[in-house]
Amino acid sequence: MNYSIETENLSLWYGDFQALIDVNSKIPDGQITSLIGPSGCGKTTLLRCFNRVNERYGNVTTKGKIEVLGKNIYDADVSLPELRKAVGMVFQRPNPLPISVYENVLFGLRIHSPIRSMTRTESDQIVEEALTSVFLWEDLKDNLKMRATSLQLEQQQKLCIARLLPLKPKIILMDEPCSALDAKGTGAVEELMEILAGTYTFLIVTHNMAQARRVSKECIFMFLGELIEHRETQALFETPEHSKTADYVQMRYG
Amino acid sequence: MFTETEIGKQKRWIENGMRVFFLVMTSLMIIPLLLIIGYLLYKALPVLSFEFLFTNPKDNMRAGGLWAPFLGTIYLVVVSLLVSAPIGVFAAVYLNEYARENWFTRITNLAVVNLAGVPSIVHALFGVGAFVLFAGLGESILAASLTLAIMTLPVIIASTTEALKAVPMSFREACWNLGATRWQTIRRIVIPNSISGILTGVILQVSRAAGETAPIMFTGAVFYKAIAEGNLFAYNITEQCMALSLHLFTISTQVPDVTEGIPYGTAIVLVGSVLLVNAAAIVLRVYLRTRKKW
Repeated sequence: MNYSIETENLSLWYGDFQALIDVNSKIPDGQITSLIGPSGCGKTTLLRCFNRVNERYGNVTTKGKIEVLGKNIYDADVSLPELRKAVGMVFQRPNPLPISVYENVLFGLRIHSPIRSMTRTESDQIVEEALTSVFLWEDLKDNLKMRATSLQLEQQQKLCIARLLPLKPKIILMDEPCSALDAKGTGAVEELMEILAGTYTFLIVTHNMAQARRVSKECIFMFLGELIEHRETQALFETPEHSKTADYVQMRYG
Repeated sequence: MFTETEIGKQKRWIENGMRVFFLVMTSLMIIPLLLIIGYLLYKALPVLSFEFLFTNPKDNMRAGGLWAPFLGTIYLVVVSLLVSAPIGVFAAVYLNEYARENWFTRITNLAVVNLAGVPSIVHALFGVGAFVLFAGLGESILAASLTLAIMTLPVIIASTTEALKAVPMSFREACWNLGATRWQTIRRIVIPNSISGILTGVILQVSRAAGETAPIMFTGAVFYKAIAEGNLFAYNITEQCMALSLHLFTISTQVPDVTEGIPYGTAIVLVGSVLLVNAAAIVLRVYLRTRKKW
């Protein structure tokens, strides 16, 4: 089996507070892996390590090794824009940019290419492809000029996924992507992930254990900055090896 | 059912009382403003005319118009903002978008807050020392404008910071995670969504720069100087100029037997131009805001 992401003894500090403690993990290629655990246990922090966006949040120290697609992302020759092209992120609250739907989809490409390097036909095609992949094209094809921030939440979240696709990412990190959505929206986003898995590697943080069971093949349980258990989802939920995992998945706390 | 209890009655009384109290306070703020402007207009009416604005003061400032001080004030305000607006806005962008929280930014922010509270006469002394004497600019429009710029700078930094902070962090996160550099994020998202607030903050400093007397008194403004009437380029920025605020001070306190309407007319022109600029700021803000929704 090939791995998209591997970490070795990864530790991270926010100032003096240690948020990650010796995390060793291997995220397999082309499938959905979920990350569960109580609030504040470092799930989001771990996610943000993989495109090194943690460094934008001030006083952060990282130790250990992170390999993404076989490359150590702390090597001197790693370009952060290129890393972030390959590793996309979807947030808890949909965060489309306050520009049109059309420009949202193209935003990533525009910041990575010379000014005016795309023809209108090319960009039209890119937008159509991306929106089609997330099943938004039919809904929005007549409203491409509309401000993305005025869409419904479910559409906004799908747009945030569509926005990553023109950059041809390999990995999509999702930080509780459904927690702001209703049941229908959640269903739609999960379905979308299942269709896109295979093409992309998904790593999804979720507080919804039913969701972790539904969508992910493997599941990681974290507790207070440590990776406690990483196994096939079904096994982790049904026969947890660790007592903390058992307590959590059976909702005894958290 | 649903009848008012004792507590309910008490709450209703307090509620009504507080409403009236706040209304009275608001009126206390508005009434003097209207009275001042009304009184000024009433007193100034005899002298107000097109000519008043476009002729120089005459007869040792006992008659004539406002052209030299009016144009002087425009020069001072424009030159000072040309200096302080870019520096202030860009400094605020650096402090907000680039700088990490550390001792340098903490000291800078502390300095900004404290500088904003320094009395204008202190800025005047600094201006004399730094620009007039040390930099060798002499008493000139340039020296006076730079002094005004130093005075408006911290407030522009503070108001720009305010405007930048109002842009939600989630937009920046979205950009960073797509691989945008800080500059791309600033240019494409942060500035377009904060420009109305930034400009409003800058424009509000026009009124401060136009109204201050102390900082220009020793650095470049003179009691009297005749210039070509009707010529917008009548001043040279290396020379001294008249200014509305100082002119008002002079004719109200230093010159006997001034035609009665002239000081009031001067005040009306000063207040009027400031209000006009502020109104323009409001229009601009409304216009830019219609393009911004999230």
